[in-house]
Amino acid sequence: MPLFTMVKRALANVTGKPATLMYPATPAKQYDVSRGHIVIAIEDCIFCGNCQRHCVSQAIVVDREARTWEIDRLRCIICGVCAEVCPKDCIFIEPDYHPSSVGPVVELVQGPPAPPKVEKKAKTEE
Amino acid sequence: MSNQIVVPFGPQHPVLPEPIHLDLVLEDERVVEAVPTIGYVHRGLEKLVEKRDFKDYVLIAERICGICSFTHSVTYCNAIEHIMGIEVPPRAQFIRTIWMEYSRMHSHLLWLGLTADAMGFENLFMNAWRLREEILDDMEATTGGRVIQGSSKVGGIRLDIPDEKLGEMVDHLKSIRPLLEESNRIFTHDQTVRHRMRGLGVLSKEEAWDLGAVGPTARGSGCDMDVRSTGYSAYGELGFKPITFPHGDCLDRCLVRSEEVLAAVDLVERAVAKMPDGPIEEKVKGNPDGEYFAFSEQPRGECMHYVKANGKKNIVRHRVRTPTFTNIPPLVKMLAGIELADVPVVVLTIDPCIGCAER
Ligand code: SF4
Ligand code: SF4
Repeated sequence: MPLFTMVKRALANVTGKPATLMYPATPAKQYDVSRGHIVIAIEDCIFCGNCQRHCVSQAIVVDREARTWEIDRLRCIICGVCAEVCPKDCIFIEPDYHPSSVGPVVELVQGPPAPPKVEKKAKTEE
Repeated sequence: MSNQIVVPFGPQHPVLPEPIHLDLVLEDERVVEAVPTIGYVHRGLEKLVEKRDFKDYVLIAERICGICSFTHSVTYCNAIEHIMGIEVPPRAQFIRTIWMEYSRMHSHLLWLGLTADAMGFENLFMNAWRLREEILDDMEATTGGRVIQGSSKVGGIRLDIPDEKLGEMVDHLKSIRPLLEESNRIFTHDQTVRHRMRGLGVLSKEEAWDLGAVGPTARGSGCDMDVRSTGYSAYGELGFKPITFPHGDCLDRCLVRSEEVLAAVDLVERAVAKMPDGPIEEKVKGNPDGEYFAFSEQPRGECMHYVKANGKKNIVRHRVRTPTFTNIPPLVKMLAGIELADVPVVVLTIDPCIGCAER
């Protein structure tokens, strides 16, 4: 009996559609919550460095002076801690995977120039 | 005994997904003794606990293993929660249980496929892996990760599963259940499978007990040993019963796993039926201070996480004892006396996961 079950399966396999996807030609399956890659809305970032401190694989480097935010894509394990700890909620997880690559992929995001000093002055005056 | 020769098996071998090395002492084609060596994939994850915030470390604990990942993170969380006296909300416990059972299903289906592959039964291998894919789809839809879920945290879980989605998951499981049963029937009745595995690599109940076998390896030898019976997470409320088989050979270890897949489907259905409402996490304040041994039943067997903390945000010591590590002495026992050609199948039946044995 089991022999014939397998024969049935084998025939279905021969005549049916492939069960696999031709990734990357066909995009991978994804869901709303899928963790694909990290993106940042740099306009909202205050360069506090919280994400860098909590990043479990040290993939993020934040430079407060130069106002840059840098991520090493191959170090990042897409755990989502940075998105969780960011006080401005400016890190997001996108559901699609980052394209594959053969060398290190370090992305440097330059933030907008610092807001005018007025605010700071106001604070010091207080 | 001058006609003994030593044949190295591994660390790279077609049936081994991960590097373990065995020196097989042979007399003709028969194995007299096997000397195991591990240490090829040590990653130093335990040491990393001293450098990371204890809450962020959950995600590293999860990456100890690429298959029993979710159970590792839950066990670590259990340890921290006990030290800090955190009461995890029931809904979180139930959802954790559901995800743990999903991990068990996908791990066992992966293993059943690998075993079929080791026997040269390619059709069955593909079939098991196709079923596994259905399980992984539900995992990804609810947690965001296929095998690394990252959805457990100290004090609860990161993501809730909405009730409609829980209903869909149960319906999906109901629809693939006949396929799982069909593949189980093949493992139980097929001549090829029986011929290859019946009476091979026998481990008696006493030997299993003495050598410290755990998980399906112990249950395949008739030891009624399963940490889920202690009722951690929500297992206590689901009427869990361990599955055991008496013969202690490769086929019985295989049947334990194929039966456990169906048992896991039942557990998920019961958990969804009893799913309580309420919050999914408890606020965590302060740092842990103290030590705790947390146990859990992974797809491969009993796993232990020891955590020692001293009131700082970094843990002092984290030690994991994984099921593969404890199953190596029974494996050495099983290998003595079998034919060389049977070694791959026997090695596979303990479901070796060297990545987590060495961390
Ligand atoms: S935690 Fe958020 S605000 Fe702070 S540096 Fe990182 S991205 Fe910017
Ligand atoms: S997702 Fe995790 S690993 Fe990746 S940058 Fe954020 S914290 Fe680091």
